[in-house]
Amino acid sequence: MTDLRETYDVAVIGAGPAGMAAATVCVRAGLATVLFDEQASPGGQIYRAVTTSPVKRGTVLGADYWVGGEVAQEFLASGAHYVPGATVWNLTREREIGISVAGAAHLLRAERVIVATGALERPFPIPGWTLPGVMTAGAGQILLKSAGLVPDGRTVLAGCGPLLWLIAWQYLNAGARIDAILDTGANRAGAWRHAPPFMLSPYLLKGLRLLLAVRRRVPVIANVVDLRAEGHDRVEAVAFRTAGGAEQQLAVDNLFMHQGVVPNVNLAMAAGIEHRWDDGQLCWRPVVDAEGTTAIAGIAIAGDGAGIAGAEAAQAYGLLAGHAAVRALRPGARGLAPEAAVRARLKRTLRGRAFLDAYYRPAEPFRRPARDTLACRCEEVTAGQIIDTVALGCTGPNQMKAFLRCGMGPCQGRLCGLTVTELIAQARGVAPQEVGYYRLRPPVKPITLAELAALPKNEAALRSVAR
Amino acid sequence: MFRRLPDANAAMIAVTIDGRAAQVRAGDTVAAALLSAGILASRAADVSGAPRAPYCMMGVCFECLVTVDGVGNRQGCLVPVAAGMRIETQHGRREAGR
Repeated sequence: MTDLRETYDVAVIGAGPAGMAAATVCVRAGLATVLFDEQASPGGQIYRAVTTSPVKRGTVLGADYWVGGEVAQEFLASGAHYVPGATVWNLTREREIGISVAGAAHLLRAERVIVATGALERPFPIPGWTLPGVMTAGAGQILLKSAGLVPDGRTVLAGCGPLLWLIAWQYLNAGARIDAILDTGANRAGAWRHAPPFMLSPYLLKGLRLLLAVRRRVPVIANVVDLRAEGHDRVEAVAFRTAGGAEQQLAVDNLFMHQGVVPNVNLAMAAGIEHRWDDGQLCWRPVVDAEGTTAIAGIAIAGDGAGIAGAEAAQAYGLLAGHAAVRALRPGARGLAPEAAVRARLKRTLRGRAFLDAYYRPAEPFRRPARDTLACRCEEVTAGQIIDTVALGCTGPNQMKAFLRCGMGPCQGRLCGLTVTELIAQARGVAPQEVGYYRLRPPVKPITLAELAALPKNEAALRSVAR
Repeated sequence: MFRRLPDANAAMIAVTIDGRAAQVRAGDTVAAALLSAGILASRAADVSGAPRAPYCMMGVCFECLVTVDGVGNRQGCLVPVAAGMRIETQHGRREAGR
């Protein structure tokens, strides 16, 4: 990365719809713009591999995926300095950014930083979820988009949420076999009060078509509880009950699980941006205004990282965050798209989101698992162990982890953090907001000491260790 | 297990997986290459030794940690395969010096 500069006007983190849109706007307004992304090609996860996918038949992944290709092409043609394969491991309040590319660390600074780190799948802790052959539905979709791989053998999808149905539809389009879908959604009656605005949502018709297409071809088992994956060295069966029914078992080779997506908060939290518990989406959400502006000067968050709203909304939020950066650094810059149109599109896209959040709200037993279930995959800590630390006086995740190392493995809480907060909140009888989250600190992804040590030293750093 | 869609074939390149020669699809990540080669467990957990496999494929779960060209703890889902690459499943934690 010899061509990496020490300073930029704008640094964008993440090449999903929000990040690509933001970077494109900024570079067109004449701002020196860099975009760091961890993947090898642009698109984020929703448009993963959209410029390189080996799945050429447009009917497999669907038109909504290929739309991302236009966003990506515009971004690639914009002239933004695009750094793929880059892991961002630090962002400070002074907007110093630490990245790692091909085993070498770099530090740089930007006037404005737009964090577009998107979403990740909500933890889905059930007995056996660490067995090989069990993976997230999102992981299955990434294998399809980026490598043209589909499951072979007996395949079950379990969970709830729009993405579960989308991947089922895409698998069927690709000719993959799905033996059953286990629907873990529950208590949906409450969602219907949010239904009227959803009737005007662009997602209504699309969603219904997709649901019907899948239901016509795959048995769907509703009200699934007590779900577990069984097997010795790999998943061999999935066991479950339907509410009030007897236990059933299905022999499987592949189990894909999904219960919604949540903001990917690690970098923003480590930067010191305030996050609050969102009870509608059951996750932490950064405190931002309509343009993604945070309380830290010059740092904005755009897209699903600021709250789950989907790809179209993320693109609009990215445009607005880009506009805000342009206004701050190049007042009077011409050629920006009219914001009224962006805001109108955003409003249309967001219509009925509350219905989707409520309808696909993950059921409690799958957010707060039974005592024997592993909550922390890295350090292999069970839900029961976590709950027991409350009796020892732990009020939140930060005291708990000192006892159990839960959250201190390489995933840095990404696969256990929400579970831990909700378990402790229930054990204490308080709201998740009061329990809080892991205090995240840089590096937000593991980086070797050798990489840190190889960073160029300035005078002050050398003086600080002189004897 | 996974199979490749017939229209998704591409140039194959030679690598080694745990010392054995293997052909993998150019453009795949190490994690995808292992899964398509029928290798389900990419590591053994450092706490219990239980087999683990790629879980998220997007760089957040760290279940696909493997040793690539002698360097341990690489996230297999973030590393594209390259000709001649030495891929090793990782048993337990990263060894010092690797």
